[in-house]
Amino acid sequence: MTTDTWIFLGLAVIAIASAVSMLLSRNAIYSALFLVLNFVAVAVLYLLLHAAFIALVQVTVYAGAIMVLFLFVIMLLGAERVGAERTLKWQQPAAVILGVFLLVEMVYVFFVGVESEPAPAAILGRMFGSPPAVGMLLFSDYLLPFEVTSVLLLAAMVGAIVLTREERGEKAAP
Amino acid sequence: MFLETEAGGGLFALAPWVIFLPVLGLLVNLAFGRRLGERFTGIVASSAIGLAFGVALTQFFALQGHPEGATVPLVDWITIGSLSVGWSLKVDTLSTTMMLMVSGVSTLIHIYAVGYMHEDVRHNDDPGRFTRFFVYFNLFVASMMVLVTGDSFLTLFVGWEGVGLCSYLLIGFWYEKGKDGIGNALAGKKAFITNRVGDFGFLIAMFLTFGAFGSLQFDEVFARAEEIGPAMGGVVTAITLFLLVGATGKSAQLPLYVWLPDAMAGPTPVSALIHAATMVTAGIYMIARTHVLFALAPASANLVAWVGGLTALFAATIAVGQYDIKKVLAYSTISQLGFMVAAVGLGAYVAGMFHLLTHAFFKALLFLSAGSVILGIEGGHHRQGHHAAHAAHGEPFDPQDMRNMGGLRERMPTTFLVYLVGALALAGIPPLAGFFSKDEILADASRVNPAIYALLTAAAFLTAFYMGRQLLMVFFGPARTEAAAKAPENPPIITFPLIALAVLAALGGLLNLPAGLPAAHGLTLWLEHTLGEVHPGEFVTLVALVSTGLALVGLAAAWLTYGRGSPALGQPDPLKRVLGPIFVALENKYWVDELYGILVVRPYTALSRFLAEVVEWRWWHDGFHDAVLARGFRGVTRWLAWGFDLPVIDGAANRLATWTQQAAGLLRRVQTGYVRNYALSVLIGLVLFLSYILFA
Amino acid sequence: MNVPNDYLLALSAVLFALGIVGVLVRRNAIVVFMSIELMLNAANLALISFARESQDLIGQVFVFFIIAVAAAEVAVGLALIVAIFKTKHSIDIDQVSGLRG
Repeated sequence: MTTDTWIFLGLAVIAIASAVSMLLSRNAIYSALFLVLNFVAVAVLYLLLHAAFIALVQVTVYAGAIMVLFLFVIMLLGAERVGAERTLKWQQPAAVILGVFLLVEMVYVFFVGVESEPAPAAILGRMFGSPPAVGMLLFSDYLLPFEVTSVLLLAAMVGAIVLTREERGEKAAP
Repeated sequence: MFLETEAGGGLFALAPWVIFLPVLGLLVNLAFGRRLGERFTGIVASSAIGLAFGVALTQFFALQGHPEGATVPLVDWITIGSLSVGWSLKVDTLSTTMMLMVSGVSTLIHIYAVGYMHEDVRHNDDPGRFTRFFVYFNLFVASMMVLVTGDSFLTLFVGWEGVGLCSYLLIGFWYEKGKDGIGNALAGKKAFITNRVGDFGFLIAMFLTFGAFGSLQFDEVFARAEEIGPAMGGVVTAITLFLLVGATGKSAQLPLYVWLPDAMAGPTPVSALIHAATMVTAGIYMIARTHVLFALAPASANLVAWVGGLTALFAATIAVGQYDIKKVLAYSTISQLGFMVAAVGLGAYVAGMFHLLTHAFFKALLFLSAGSVILGIEGGHHRQGHHAAHAAHGEPFDPQDMRNMGGLRERMPTTFLVYLVGALALAGIPPLAGFFSKDEILADASRVNPAIYALLTAAAFLTAFYMGRQLLMVFFGPARTEAAAKAPENPPIITFPLIALAVLAALGGLLNLPAGLPAAHGLTLWLEHTLGEVHPGEFVTLVALVSTGLALVGLAAAWLTYGRGSPALGQPDPLKRVLGPIFVALENKYWVDELYGILVVRPYTALSRFLAEVVEWRWWHDGFHDAVLARGFRGVTRWLAWGFDLPVIDGAANRLATWTQQAAGLLRRVQTGYVRNYALSVLIGLVLFLSYILFA
Repeated sequence: MNVPNDYLLALSAVLFALGIVGVLVRRNAIVVFMSIELMLNAANLALISFARESQDLIGQVFVFFIIAVAAAEVAVGLALIVAIFKTKHSIDIDQVSGLRG
């Protein structure tokens, strides 16, 4: 077992553990925070996988913006806890079993179906995954999706405002 | 079609017009007659027959060059299996003789009828019925032509039935009049039904003929009959016997003669044409036509002769006791028909046909003259005023009763003269026509069958007697009623045909003079072409003398009995003193009709009433029909509707709907509305799909 | 790192499966949303490892775009949840069963 493997294993355990905790946590705030931990772990993993730019984007956007938004909404709605009525009795066992199945299948695909060799780290240069490299691609080959994404973000913003706007005349002050 | 005849000159092709012209006449009258008046109707009807006579003449001339005759095919009528009967016209000397006689006498009678019916429809208060009479009259001539020109039993039978129908229609022409308001209709019915019995015999004969010889055409049947007939045992005898039954019906012989006297209920032209000259001769014509079969069955021929002889004498005796002028003539017709039937039964076909022709002349003459007398009496009756007439008698005035006549010799001289000619011809006084024809029959009978000869001679004596009686009662002595005293003579439209017929009655003997005289055996030679070799009638002087003598004796006896005064209404007939109860029997025609009534009519009516009321209504209709069929059917339908349709079929449909609903209800549970469930189903699909791809 | 691709993909698979289970099991709408983000994250991980293996940066570019889209989606989705909360006063997704047949 090399050092890399140990590092990987550690990060993996953190990621999985935090994911599981997110699922099992009764409190939504805790779930969000666990998810943040998961994101950070994965971001570190990215870093180790020669995706520096993406790792920092993940931390900035995902963990920093998206999760903050989640937290804001949770606190806005006061939705820490949800009632514990037991509806859909079979849902939980079925979901778990099926999830296991899916996992098995996916693992089967990765380990049995596809042959791959470990990637030699030496081939990749220092600039692989760096901001300039990614930026180069973004602003040349993938300029169109880049611009479309900006339009998409604009649309999402407008959508979010429209959806949460109050009805006319319901409130005295705009 | 009928342009394809054998090369007999195109004249033979005209033969079908002898039928089509009367049909055309009746159609024109049917369509336009009523609108265009009596004159138009009369002219159309008479011309149609007159033209038909012209066509018959052309056939006569055509036969001069081709005496063997021709067959003129018209249409293919029936073709079933081995039975192939077409409608063809057989134009030979025999049929042409009949054609000429029928159309010639019919033309004269049509002309007479125009005048007669003009009076008659006014006498009976229905002038509108004039056209109908001539439509029926033309239809009759057309049917008679079909009968005499038919080349097969079937075609002959079609005409046979047709004349029977027309007879019925014309006897019952004044259907709402007669005794009790229904008498004429009953007479028509009697004629039709009695004829039907005869027709039944004819039909059986046809079936036997077809069964034995495989065909219904005359030529084929006769040829085959001569080949295989004698070997077939009694088949030919049976056929001829049944043909005799048909002849007795149509030609009024014993025992089916009873319709003819009642048929006098029809207007006088009808009696003259149908019941004296034409329809009743159809039986004799038929026997002459099928002479081949009768030659092969001597027993039947013998029976035919006996039937004819007995009828001749029987009817003559009844004629002696009748008071109605037309009834006397009716029984006289039956008697003379007996003469003809006896002649053909004895094998003397020419003699029979000769008498048929001469009888047509003088009997038509006599009937038409009787009609003239009746018209005169009716006219006289009207002139004296109804008031006086009805005051005099409690019953209605009968213009046909001879006891109401008398002394008409001075009032109606033309009628008297022609009537005299006719009566003397009928009695057989030479040199009038009846002498030659009747004498030929007597001569042949004396040679072949003395018993028949005796019968016929006795009948001849009685013929002279009752005709003398009639002459004396009607025309001589004082007028016994006011009507007779005031009777006017009739206009020429009536008297002209009478004169024409009188000439024919006088000169008709020239047709077949006996040997030794110039133009002898004219008819014999003529008919020989069709009838095969015929023994020409010999002139037996003794027979001639005997018959003439007996005729004169008969007339003398009549003079002795009635010369001093004929009976008026209510007075007894002088003959009653002499014959006593025999005369009563003669008066009442031997009560034959009453006998038939008890023996046949009453049981038959009872049977039909029983069948109708009990069997048909009570048992079949109420019992079976209503109870079983109707109720059963209703029960079945009820079961089908309530027991079967409703639960089973409706139930199936309903159950189908319910199941659909339940299935839908079950399926509805999939739509839980929970997002998580939907997501779960997506996952299930994904897992299954992946496993299929990876592991299958 | 010399970690073979398979391990990374296995990790990705596990995270994905956990995300799915989370979507199906939790009743809190926001937690469901977070599970969806977990799934997206797992997909990103797979993409990055593939990028490393094939030495093509396109994988990372793809991930960039996924993150951008995920951000937009979260914005709209949370706005929807807020809107629903206004009427239902609860974020239990089992309450949103109006399509029940």
